[in-house]
Amino acid sequence: MDEEYDVIVLGTGLTECILSGLLSVEGKKVLHMDRNDYYGGESASLNLTQLYRKFRPGQEPASTFGRDRDWNVDLIPKFAMASGEFTNILYHTDVTRYLEFRQIAGSYVYRDGRISKVPSNNTEAVSSPLMGIFEKRRAKKFFEFIQAYDFTNPATHQGLDLNTVPMIEVYKKFGLEAGTQDFIGHALALQLDDSYMTQPAKDTYERICLYMNSMARYGKSPYIYPLYGLGELPQGFARLSAIYGGTYMLSKKVDELVYDNGKVVGVKSEGEVAKTKAVIGDPTYFSDKVKKTGQVVRAICILNHSIPNTADVDSIQIVIPQKQVNRGHDIYVAAVSYAHNVSAKDYWVAIVSTLVETAKPEEELQPALALLGPIAEKFIDITDIYEPIADGKADGVYITKSYDATSHFETVCQDVKDVYKRVTGNELKVEGKVKKQEEGAAAE
Amino acid sequence: MSTPSAQPGGAAAAAAGAVDAATLKPIQVKLVLLGEAAVGKSSLVLRFVNNEFQENKEPTIGAAFLTQKCKLDDKIIKFEIWDTAGQERFHSLAPMYYRNAQAAVVVYDITKPASLDKAKSWVKELQRQANPNIVIALVGNKLDLAATSRGVPAEEASAYAAEAGLLCAEASAKTGDNVMDVFTEIAKKIPLEQLLAARGGRGGASGAGGSGAAGTGRVDLNAGPGGRNTQQGPCAC
Repeated sequence: MDEEYDVIVLGTGLTECILSGLLSVEGKKVLHMDRNDYYGGESASLNLTQLYRKFRPGQEPASTFGRDRDWNVDLIPKFAMASGEFTNILYHTDVTRYLEFRQIAGSYVYRDGRISKVPSNNTEAVSSPLMGIFEKRRAKKFFEFIQAYDFTNPATHQGLDLNTVPMIEVYKKFGLEAGTQDFIGHALALQLDDSYMTQPAKDTYERICLYMNSMARYGKSPYIYPLYGLGELPQGFARLSAIYGGTYMLSKKVDELVYDNGKVVGVKSEGEVAKTKAVIGDPTYFSDKVKKTGQVVRAICILNHSIPNTADVDSIQIVIPQKQVNRGHDIYVAAVSYAHNVSAKDYWVAIVSTLVETAKPEEELQPALALLGPIAEKFIDITDIYEPIADGKADGVYITKSYDATSHFETVCQDVKDVYKRVTGNELKVEGKVKKQEEGAAAE
Repeated sequence: MSTPSAQPGGAAAAAAGAVDAATLKPIQVKLVLLGEAAVGKSSLVLRFVNNEFQENKEPTIGAAFLTQKCKLDDKIIKFEIWDTAGQERFHSLAPMYYRNAQAAVVVYDITKPASLDKAKSWVKELQRQANPNIVIALVGNKLDLAATSRGVPAEEASAYAAEAGLLCAEASAKTGDNVMDVFTEIAKKIPLEQLLAARGGRGGASGAGGSGAAGTGRVDLNAGPGGRNTQQGPCAC
């Protein structure tokens, strides 16, 4: 502890652990601390005891839930896009060696009071119950346009330059109904609200491509999920960091940061000061340097059955587009089960989440909760979302963002890249294997 | 492709004798190392894996895990050996470390009685966190120093090991004394048949099973990003 570090990282959430791992691999001397006695911070997966300690202090879990160790309940619901940047980082850092992944079995969307599979190509569009016969033809044309679009070949543009034309114009061109726009924008492009409509269509086009490419990779859905829960992800990157010399301290309270001339020079913990050139941390360690940008409500629901009307799948994402339930933000349902080693046998864990719009956040989740069938146990979590006020260049304190309401890790990757660039001055390049030399090299 | 016979005993063993060992599919076993800093955890493994020893070895950096194959009768066991990477120093080992470990080597230094106490606390931790069928070996390292500076009587460690149901041995990473034997004993004690049966669908000891769900839907990211389209590329639909 009484040494000098290049970087001290506070909090072992996924964003911090990825940064810690990447910086250690580059040869930076990293000290990583967390006030909790477990890895993961806000992005941890908890066993039953930890879950009850957090949400029901003093109450014992029901004995019907079985063994404590069988449970790894996520606090934030996110899936990895199979062809997304997060998967790319996992692969190139070789953290995949510590993890096993499984597909999420279904991707559904809510329309007119019921849920259906999200059609993700022109053949599926034709058979989807989401659209009437004429709308299907229009949707097919839209998908064909997306598939064929090539930025460098104006012949594929049909008069629409996606760099400049807003998405609403693209919808108009194909004559798509509002309900179809809902599932394209919210269940395929995974936009959180409708502000994308008036933005250049390129972003939405790329998001649709990400969804389709991810879908094409393994087939059932665009999403994959680590066995034993999302909490495995920060642990995997923490191990990467440790393997490259990173020092790890859990249950370590941070007293204060030490400054010299306005620049951070150390972190004081339990009376000792560790010297450093820079500090990275999650917003919970810097209440005076962050601003609130919103609030998320999440209901962690334990079910002893699969979600009704989903063909009994072991895991699923359901998107409820905002307009379908007269809201300004979508509601997400993310469900996984014992098939992913996150619960005791025959249990499912479904997390319902959305951005808070009213003074009664739990009621905002009602349309989604109603889809779940009987709920054995429910934990409500209302969390503020923060982002840093300053970029950290002045004081050497680089703060990550809270986990947002998106259903995947792509914005986490953006934050990682952003912080990485602010700390090192370089763009993060995630290509080519980070390393190959030592692992498993011996005695093969 | 032949797979190891699931039946122990004469006929199967004889039949397997005729099979070229190299064609057998190795049975992968995750083995974790535990013990106080500087007792020689990595040195024991380097002796086992590379048959080498470095005096004054630096603390472990840069190795996620080492692998070594071990032939046992008609089977080949491939140990995937996980080092703590120093995360044990401040009690910060992640649950991932213990996850699905089928074997553990808990190391102490026979010249340092306190390191045996520490080893005992690691055994407790394993019994709390790890797979209940895990095979644990308690290994007293630095046997080469026994004559000059032994601090832990061999009987004390073996009595404790017997009581706790552990394999027990003293060894020297420096001379190589007894190191191979430790790993061979572990290999013998691992319930390989159970392991093979449980891996019908590959993977974890718990949570598997039920309507064939365990076997489907797994994805292998180590296979690489092949077929992945770049952001600007056309859609793959």
